[in-house]
Amino acid sequence: MILKEEIIETDLLIVGGGTAGCYAAHILSGLNPDIRITIAEKANIKRSGCLAAGVNALNAYITEGHVPEDYVAYAAADAEGIVREDLLLSMSRELNGVTHDLESLGLVILKDEDGEYVSRGWRNIKINGENIKPILARAAGGKNVRIINNVNITDLLWTDSENGRTVRGAVGFSVLSQKACKFSSKAVLIATGGASGLYRPNNPGFSRHKMWYPPFNTGAGYAMGIRAGAEMTTFEMRFIALRCKDTIAPTGTIAQGVGAKQLNSRNEIYEQKYGLKTSERLWGTVTENALGNGPCFLKTEGIDGKAENDLYRAYLNMAPSQTLKWVENGTGPAHENVEIEGTEPYIVGGHTASGYWIDDSRRTSIAGLYAAGDVAGGAPQKYVTGALAEAKIAACSINAYLNSLKADNGSAPAEFPVKEADAVIAGYEKHLSLSTPAFSADEIEEAMQKIMDQYAGGISTGYRYSLAGLKIASKKISELIPLSENLKASSTYDLMQIYEIKERLTVCQALIAHLEARKETRWHSFQENADFPDKDEKFEKYVNSRYENGKFRIILRPLIHAGEKYEHQN
Amino acid sequence: MSIRIDKSKCTGCGACTRVCPGNLLQLVGEKDGKKSSIRCSRDCWGCCSCIKECRFQALQFFLGADIGGHGAVMTFKKSDGLNEWEITLPTGEKKIIAVDPKNANQY
Repeated sequence: MILKEEIIETDLLIVGGGTAGCYAAHILSGLNPDIRITIAEKANIKRSGCLAAGVNALNAYITEGHVPEDYVAYAAADAEGIVREDLLLSMSRELNGVTHDLESLGLVILKDEDGEYVSRGWRNIKINGENIKPILARAAGGKNVRIINNVNITDLLWTDSENGRTVRGAVGFSVLSQKACKFSSKAVLIATGGASGLYRPNNPGFSRHKMWYPPFNTGAGYAMGIRAGAEMTTFEMRFIALRCKDTIAPTGTIAQGVGAKQLNSRNEIYEQKYGLKTSERLWGTVTENALGNGPCFLKTEGIDGKAENDLYRAYLNMAPSQTLKWVENGTGPAHENVEIEGTEPYIVGGHTASGYWIDDSRRTSIAGLYAAGDVAGGAPQKYVTGALAEAKIAACSINAYLNSLKADNGSAPAEFPVKEADAVIAGYEKHLSLSTPAFSADEIEEAMQKIMDQYAGGISTGYRYSLAGLKIASKKISELIPLSENLKASSTYDLMQIYEIKERLTVCQALIAHLEARKETRWHSFQENADFPDKDEKFEKYVNSRYENGKFRIILRPLIHAGEKYEHQN
Repeated sequence: MSIRIDKSKCTGCGACTRVCPGNLLQLVGEKDGKKSSIRCSRDCWGCCSCIKECRFQALQFFLGADIGGHGAVMTFKKSDGLNEWEITLPTGEKKIIAVDPKNANQY
């Protein structure tokens, strides 16, 4: 099958129209109406990304009596010190501004009689976030913004000079028609989100996609950056969510909202024994189960009928399956404690610190290439408002970058690596013309998830891994890569699924290299190295990597504290 | 967990097909008889974006038996400015939960 080709010229290409992508378009369009902005989105920006179903609180807001530095301290302590304090600080300073902007765009935020936001703890505020994504999508539609839905970007394009590598655009294809798209762009913002589906999920059968993170976030942004030689950081700090059993719905709403404690089956509240950091709450539950004290629950029995009804509504605004389960089973949380479990591990820079290694302007190690949201590393506990803050910072930096290019070059067209773009499209056409494949994309995905689960610290090993196991994982994952090259696509939708599995395999390789490099246990469950079960101060460093000549080169970098300035040196 | 499409209610307007974050819905059939169809039930995330788009309550959300589903289905409609979620139990009994989008969550 030969694909039709479309060439799109733009000043800024935003890859991914989720939380960060939409907001970056909104900010930059407001800053500079002369810049041509293009959003390329795999699905449709109205509901794509993490916020499809909604969200019921903003978890990063600086309430009265607190300062941005408090948020940095909280996130740094929660992550055992392996954070970029410089990034966290610049993000934290923007949290309240973007929240007020969201409210002006139409988000409902709970207020008291004096018109002040009602908080849940010192950094969370309560909202009705069912429609938060349509609000952001609407805000993204400025006059100088072109939104291209249903286009899946797979590869970045770049050129090299004595000044290093510069991004020149990207290549993708339409998921709905037989068309390839070449994007020639002066700057690119990666906002594709993190990676799910690397490990065998909680519900591996019919409900395999009933997971915490969107199953459609496949790590595309990480994979294209890795292949372009961009430096990545802290992939080994996986995120594992503590969730309601089966529906994988959030637990925070119950734990914080009605003050429910973690309870084991011997009727003991166990959470104090293990600590209340994000990883410790999860680890406590894993350990209680391993000790034979499970199943574990959130103690909700005895809440009143009004609280139960409020929870039904709160979940409909973000995770409707949980409300359906309560109603369908005839036992709501007032009469039955809510069982909890840990999910499979994800790579996600909005909760933990995995992602692109960036400077304070949110530029990656490649000139012209910026990152924001879950795909950007170093700044955990970002959540929705942190992703918006990062998008805003990136948008301002991109504006300055494009202005400086204009001052240097006028409006001369940027270089475009035609040969490289054509080679990517030839790769699409190869999959579309294969006739007798050995396997399907589904079968390769199942194989990958099994390998990662058993040898790289999945649910089945209580999230622990050993170096011997990683060696096997590395070998087996590398054996799947040639198989993924020979998958057959009958349509461009099939082609998207093939590129999704390829992206995940690339992310798995990076993850294995990072897990291997951190020869300590820095975080319970998130990165629990059975060969080195203790924390080691030698590893008070970032584990970074660059993919060079088919191998991951590990770079250990010293910690960067608030007030210090990091600059890329290519 | 996934969705079912009641073909007798689906008008083939395509609203749901445009919004699925996984590109899972498509119109299938001959010219005037096109109906929405899910490519693979197992690939649904359960976000309910599609059922919110359907003005005819043709899209029904349900839980798979593997995560505790008993056969109930849920549909969505806007009614007097409220988001109305209707759950039909296997007995045929209906339960409606209305959520005011102008009110924030209490939790």
